[in-house]
Amino acid sequence: MSAIRVENLEKTFGDLTAVNKISFQVEKGEIFAFLGPNGAGKTTTIKMLTTLLNPTSGKIELDGLDPTIHRNEARQRFGIVFQDPSLDAEQTAYENMELHGVLYKVPHKLRVQRTEQLLKLFELWERRNDYVKTFSGGMKRRLEIARGFLHTPKILFLDEPTLGLDPQTRNQLWTHVKSVNESENTTVFLTTHYMDEADRVAHRIAIIDHGAIVAMGTPQELKQQTNSESLEQAFLALTGSTIRDESATSQDQLRRFAQMWRK
Amino acid sequence: MSAIYILWLRELKRYVRSRAQIAASLGQPLLYLLALGFGLGPVFQKAGQGSYFQFVAPGVVSMTILFSSVFSGIAMLWDRQFGFLKETLVAPVPRIQIMIGRTVGGATVAVIQGLLVFVVAIIAGFRPHHWVSFFPALLFMMLIAIVFAALGTAFGSIVQDMQGFQLIMNFMVLPIFFLSGALFPLENLPKALVIITRIDPLTYGVDAMRGALISNIQFGFSVDTIVLCLIGTAFLTAGAYLFSRIQL
Ligand SMILES: Nc1ncnc2c1ncn2[C@@H]1O[C@H](COP(=O)(O)OP(=O)(O)OP(=O)(O)O)[C@@H](O)[C@H]1O
Ligand SMILES: [Mg+2]
Repeated sequence: MSAIRVENLEKTFGDLTAVNKISFQVEKGEIFAFLGPNGAGKTTTIKMLTTLLNPTSGKIELDGLDPTIHRNEARQRFGIVFQDPSLDAEQTAYENMELHGVLYKVPHKLRVQRTEQLLKLFELWERRNDYVKTFSGGMKRRLEIARGFLHTPKILFLDEPTLGLDPQTRNQLWTHVKSVNESENTTVFLTTHYMDEADRVAHRIAIIDHGAIVAMGTPQELKQQTNSESLEQAFLALTGSTIRDESATSQDQLRRFAQMWRK
Repeated sequence: MSAIYILWLRELKRYVRSRAQIAASLGQPLLYLLALGFGLGPVFQKAGQGSYFQFVAPGVVSMTILFSSVFSGIAMLWDRQFGFLKETLVAPVPRIQIMIGRTVGGATVAVIQGLLVFVVAIIAGFRPHHWVSFFPALLFMMLIAIVFAALGTAFGSIVQDMQGFQLIMNFMVLPIFFLSGALFPLENLPKALVIITRIDPLTYGVDAMRGALISNIQFGFSVDTIVLCLIGTAFLTAGAYLFSRIQL
C-alpha cells in the first residue's frame, strides 16, 4: 500500500482550475518533492490531502484512508508545516509548542523533552517565553518547523518550509528531515522553489504546472529526460521561463488586507 | 490535558493578557448602566415602575455577556486571517472538541465580563433582593453565555471578512440586545414588538436574571430555563455543524 495515492484529483475555484486531474503515488518512506511555478496548484493539492479543502472530483488515499470521509483517522497519520503562517501570535513560543503537543496527544514527558530539544535545534530556546508576535519573520518560520517535528507522523507535509530561512537553518532543516525519514521511515511530501534542495533530499520529484503534472521521476531521470546539467535547468525546460501571472492573487490579498482594517 | 482544555485555556489567556481590550469592552456596558440607569430613573419612577437602576442592571449584565460571547465566536475571523485556525483544523482531534473548547472558552470569558459589570453595578448602588440569589443569577449568566457563544461560533464559521462581521454585529447582535427587554419592561408593548421580543432568546435570559436578582419575572424560571436550554442546544448543534464544514 502506498503512503499517498491520488487519482484524477481536481479542484476548481469558479472558472479557475487550480488542480487539473492529477494522479500520482508516493511510497512509504519516500521523500517526494512537488515542484512548480507560483500558482501551479501545489498548496491547493496539499490542502486537499490534509482535509482542509474538499476536492471537486477525484480520489485520494492517505495510508489507505480516504481523507474526505475518514477525516479524523487521516489526520492522525500526517503532520504539516504550512506555507502561510499558522502560529498563535498572542502566545509564547513555548505555549505554541505545548498547544500543538496536546492537540497531537504527545505524552507529557516526551512533549517537554522534545520541545526543549527542537527549540534548541532551531535556536529558539532562549526566546521560548517571548510572545510570537515579537519574533522576526525567520524566527516565526523556525518555530513553525520546530512545531511540525514535535510529533512523529507517518506522513509529513512540508509546504515551502525553507521560505525566508537563512542558509544555516535550511541546512539544519533538511538534515533533520532526512534523519526522521531514515530513522522513522517517515514519508515526506514537500514543495520548495529551491531546486538544489529538492535535488539534494528528494527521492522522486513531480513537476506541476498550471494544475497539471508535466513530468515525474527521480532527479536523475528528470535531468536526463531534458538533457540538463542541473535540476534547475530541467525545471525551466519543463515549465518554460515565463513568469507566472500572479497579479490576480496579489490583488486579492491586498483587497483582503484592506477589508480587514476597514472598520 | 485534553484538546478541549487547552483551547479553553487559550481563550482565557488571550482575555487576561489584553488589558486594553478588557477596559474597552467594559466601557459600553458601564455607559448604559450609569447613563441610562441614572438618567432614566426619574421618568421610570414617575411612571410608577420603581427604581430604573435596579431594573436595568440585570439587563446590562446580560447585554455584556451577549456582546462578549458573540464577539469571541466571531473573533475566529482573526484566527482565520492570521492562520492559527489551520493549525487546529488539521489536528487529529474531532472538530467538535475544537469547537467546544473555543465556545466554552468564549463563554467563560463572557461570564467573567458579566461579573465585572455586576460588581460595578453593586458599587454604584445595585442591591439584589437576597444575596443568595447571586448563585441562580450566576447559573443563568452561564446559560446566556453558552447560548450566544455557540451562536458566535456558528457565525464565526461562515464569516470570512470584516464586512460580514459588521453585518452580524449590526443586524443580529444589536437587535437581539435592544429587543430583549434588557432596557424596558415587556408589559403593554405594541403587538408586533411583543412577537419579536418573544422570539429573541435573550428575552428569556434577561427575564431569568431579573427574576433571580430582583424577583421581577414574567415567564417563570422553568420556562426561561427550558427555552434557553433548547435554544442553546440548537445553536451548539448548528455551530458544531458549520465549524466541521469550514474549508480554508
Ligand atoms: N481559495 C481560493 N480561491 C480562489 N482561488 C484560489 C484559492 N486558493 C488558491 N487559488 C488559486 O489556485 C491556484 C493555485 O494556487 P496554489 O496556492 O495551489 O499555488 P502554489 O502552487 O502553492 O503556488 P506558490 O508557489 O505561489 O505557493 C492559483 O491560481 C490561486 O490563485
Ligand atoms: Mg503554495
